[in-house]
Amino acid sequence: MSAALKLTDLSKTFEVGRTLFGKPKGLVRAVQPVDLTVEQGETLGIVGESGCGKSTLARMLVGLLPVTTGSIEIEGAALDNADPAVFGKRIQYVFQDPISSLNPRKTIRQVMEAPLKNLHGMGKAERDARIREIFDTVSLREEFLERYPHEFSGGQAQRIGIARALAAEARILILDEPVSALDVSVQAQVLNLLARLKEELGLTYLFISHDLAVVEAVSDRVAVLYFGGVVEVGRAEDIFSRPKHPYTKLLADSAPVVGRALRAPEGVDTELPDPLNPPTGCAFRARCPNATERCGREVPKLVEMGEGHRAACFHPVG
Amino acid sequence: MSAFFRLLARNRLALWGGIVLVLVVFLALITPLLPLADPDVTDTANRFLPPFSEGAFLGTDHLGRDLLSRLMWGTRLSLAVGFSAAVAAATIGAAIGIVAGFYGGRTDNVIMRGVDMLMAFPYILLALAIVAALGPGLMNALIAVAAVNVPFFARNIRGITVGIAHKEFVDAARLAGMGNGRIILTEILPNVVPVIVIAMSTTIGWMILETAGLSFLGLGSQPPQADLGSMLGEARSALITNPHTSVVPGVMILVIVMSINLLGDGVRDALDPRLKSGALSRPMPATLVDRRSVPEAGKGDGILALQDLETQFHVKDRVYKAVGGVSLTVHPGECLGIIGESGSGKSVTALSVMSLVASPPGVITGGAVRYKGEDLIGAPYAKLRSLRGDRVAYIFQDPLATLHPLYKVGDQLVEAIGCHHDVSSAEARSRAIDLLKSVRIPNAESRVDSYPHEMSGGMRQRVGIAMALANEPDVIIADEPTTALDVTVQAQILALLDDLRKARGLAIVFITHDFGVVAQLCDRVAVMYAGRIVEEGPTGAVLATPAHPYTKRLIACVPELGEGRRELAAIPGLPPVVDKLPEGCAFAERCHKARNDCRRGNIPLEGPAEEARRVRCLYPENERMAEAVSS
Repeated sequence: MSAALKLTDLSKTFEVGRTLFGKPKGLVRAVQPVDLTVEQGETLGIVGESGCGKSTLARMLVGLLPVTTGSIEIEGAALDNADPAVFGKRIQYVFQDPISSLNPRKTIRQVMEAPLKNLHGMGKAERDARIREIFDTVSLREEFLERYPHEFSGGQAQRIGIARALAAEARILILDEPVSALDVSVQAQVLNLLARLKEELGLTYLFISHDLAVVEAVSDRVAVLYFGGVVEVGRAEDIFSRPKHPYTKLLADSAPVVGRALRAPEGVDTELPDPLNPPTGCAFRARCPNATERCGREVPKLVEMGEGHRAACFHPVG
Repeated sequence: MSAFFRLLARNRLALWGGIVLVLVVFLALITPLLPLADPDVTDTANRFLPPFSEGAFLGTDHLGRDLLSRLMWGTRLSLAVGFSAAVAAATIGAAIGIVAGFYGGRTDNVIMRGVDMLMAFPYILLALAIVAALGPGLMNALIAVAAVNVPFFARNIRGITVGIAHKEFVDAARLAGMGNGRIILTEILPNVVPVIVIAMSTTIGWMILETAGLSFLGLGSQPPQADLGSMLGEARSALITNPHTSVVPGVMILVIVMSINLLGDGVRDALDPRLKSGALSRPMPATLVDRRSVPEAGKGDGILALQDLETQFHVKDRVYKAVGGVSLTVHPGECLGIIGESGSGKSVTALSVMSLVASPPGVITGGAVRYKGEDLIGAPYAKLRSLRGDRVAYIFQDPLATLHPLYKVGDQLVEAIGCHHDVSSAEARSRAIDLLKSVRIPNAESRVDSYPHEMSGGMRQRVGIAMALANEPDVIIADEPTTALDVTVQAQILALLDDLRKARGLAIVFITHDFGVVAQLCDRVAVMYAGRIVEEGPTGAVLATPAHPYTKRLIACVPELGEGRRELAAIPGLPPVVDKLPEGCAFAERCHKARNDCRRGNIPLEGPAEEARRVRCLYPENERMAEAVSS
C-alpha cells in the first residue's frame, strides 16, 4: 500500500486579537506539529474532545485554512497553498451539518452541478448523466434534484453532501463528524453507505468524530488528539480496549456503555489547559494520574509501543 | 411568493399603503396620456386661482400654471428620482458591503472606516456639500441623495454577508472549484437579496423626502421644471395668502411617503424569516388547553404522573400530533428515561408537564398531568408559576442558551431562589455558593461572580443543574442535558445527577437518545416513536430483551465501544411525519414483521399483569411479552 495522505510537521497557529498596527496580541497553537500517514484505501479515525483541533486539522487538509508549518502530500505529490480548484479533485470534504452545508437558495441539481462544471468542465448532457449515476450510487431518488435543501431530512441531506463530494471524483474524503447531527437509526444508514462506497470506489477516508464507538466501528486505525497534538495512534480494535495513553483510557472509560456501572472516571476540578498559556511538558499532565516531575519538563514524543501502536507518554498504562 | 402576498395582505395598514402607492404610481405613469394643461406655461393673468376653478381643478400657482398638471408631472419626477436614488444607493452600498464582509480582514477595515467617515457627517450637510461641489440640478441632487444613503446599505449588507461568508455551503462551493467572484455572485448574493429588498422598501420614502428637501432649497430641479420639493419651495412665499399652492404638493408628499413606509414595514415583516414561524407573536405564559374530558386520578401514582397526555401543534390547517397519548409515572428517588429519535415527541412531552409548550401553535388536547395527585393541565397561571422551577425544575440541552449572557451566574441563581422564597440577598448569595459547591464547581466563592462565557461547557451545565436544584424541587426534568458535552464531562455530569438523586430523593425524568446513558442512569425506560410510547419497563430488562421490534433494531443500530470494526444494522426508511400518521402501528412501514393487522385500529400498550413491562406491538420480539399480548 502506498500513502494516500502524508502529513509532515503540520501545524496551525492562530493569532488572537490585534493591536492598532496589526501585530497579534497572542498566539494560539490550534494544531501542534502533526505527523500522520493515511494509507491508500484505509480509514483513519480521528477522535478528540471539542477544542482539540480536529476540525482545524481537517480544514487545513482541504485547503480551507492555510497551514502555518509543515506540508501535506496527497498521493505522493506535495500540495502547498494550492488553488482549491486543484485541491478539489484530489481531496473532498463532507460537512458535519448536512443542511447548512447546502445553499438554501439553490436546488440540489445546482449544488451537484457545481463541482462537475468547475472541476471537470463537463457539458450539460454529460453532467446530467453523471449526476444520475452518482445519485444511483448513494441511493437517492432523481426527483430530489429539483428540490431545495430545506425539504430534506438530515439523513437525506447528508447523502446529498456525500454525493457532492463524490462528484468531484476525489479519492480521499475528509469526513468531519458526518453522522453526529443524525439520529441513530439514520446514522447507521449513512455509515453503511460510506462503507459500501469505500469498497466500490476504492476511497480513502479520514473520519473525524467525538463518538468513540462510531470511530471504532468504521476505522482501520485511530488517532487520538489532545490539545492539538496526536497522543496515541493504533489499530481500531486495540486502541480503546488496550489504551497506552492515560487520556485514551480516560476517554474509553467515560463513554457510556450498557452494562457498565456509572462512575465519574476523573475528579471534578480538572479543566482543559489554557491555549493562550499552554503548560510546559505534557499537556495532559494536570489531569493525569501517572504524572511525574519529568512530564512537566519534557514533551513526550510518539514512540512505538507494540505493533502499529504509538503513544506519546512517559508512563503508559497497561 | 403567494405566501408572501398573503402575509403582506394580513397587515391591513401595509395593504392600504400598497393600494394607495399602486394608484399613485399608476397615475404618474399615465400622466403623459392624460388631457392635462402644459405644466410649464405661465399665465400671470390667472395667478393664484383657487381650487375647483374652471379650467384649473386644483387652481393655479403664482405664475398661473395649472397646479393639477404640475402636481402630476412633479409626482412623476419625484418618484422617478427617489426610486433611482434608492436603486443606486442599494446597488453601490450592497456591492461595498458584500466585498467588505466577504473578504474581511484588512479590506473590510479599510472599506468600513471609509464608510464610517461618510457617516460621521450630518447627512443633509453632506448632501448640500455634494450639490455645492457639483452644482445645482436634479441629476446632482439624485447623486447626493444616493451617496448619502450608501453607508446605510453598506453597513447593513456587510453584517449579513459576514454571517453568510462563514457558512459551510460557502466552503463547499470553494471545494467545488468556485473562485471568489463566482461564490459572491451565486452563493452570497441570492442570500442577501431579501435583505436588500427589505432595506430598500423601508428607505425609499426617506429618499423621496430628501430629494424634495434639496429641491425645496432650490438645489434640485430647476425652474420651470416641477417636482414636489420645488413646488413647495416656490409656494412658500404665498403660504399665508394662498395656502392651497403649498397644501397640494405637501399632501402628495405625505401620501407617497406614508404609503411607501407602511408598505415597506409590511414587506419587511412578511419577508423576515422569524415571522414565518409565528415567533414574533408573543407566546402565551402557559400552553393552550382544549380537552374534552379529564381522566380520573389513578391509584398509587407517583409524585408525577402523566395520563394519556396529548399535545398537538395547530399550524394553519395542519395538525401535528406531537404527543399522542402518553402515560408515565415517576416516583421519588427514581430515574425514568425517555428515549427516542428526533421528532418522536420526547421533548414536547417534557415541556407539556409544566405547560411550557409555546402557544400558538401548541395545544394540549387531552389527558392530565398530576403532580402529587393534582391535575396541572389548565391550572391557573399563578399555580403553574409557583410550581415551575420550585417543585418541578428543568435542565435543558444547551446551557449557553439557558443562562443569560449578561448576568453573573450567581445573580441568576439568586434570582431563581428569590422568585419562590422571600430571602435576604446575603442569604440568597450564600445559598447560591452552596448550590455551586453541591454541583462540585471548584472555587465556588469566586465562580459565583463569573459570567457564563467565562465558563466551559461542562461548568455551565453544572450551573444549569445548580439552578434546577435551587429550590430543592421534587422532580427534575432533564432534556438531553449531556448531548452537547464531551464524553469525559458527560460522565461527570451523569455521576453528579445520580448522586443528587440518591442524596435528595429526587425524581428525575431523563430524556435522551443514547442507550448507554439510559443504561447507566435510569431505573426504568420508556421508548417513544412518533409521539407514543412503544415500550416501557425496567431498563435492564428492556435493553437485554427488547420486546418491540423498533427498540430491538434501534439498539442494534448503536455501535458499542469494544466490538471493533463492523457492519452496523440500520433501520431503512424514515419515521412518519406526525401530521400524517398511518393507522395502526406507526412503525409498520419500516418493520420487517409487519402484517396486515398491524396497519389497522389502535394497538394498545400492554404486558403481563405481574410485570412492569408493557409493549405496543401485536408480534413482540420477546416470548413472554408475546404470550401476554396474545392472551
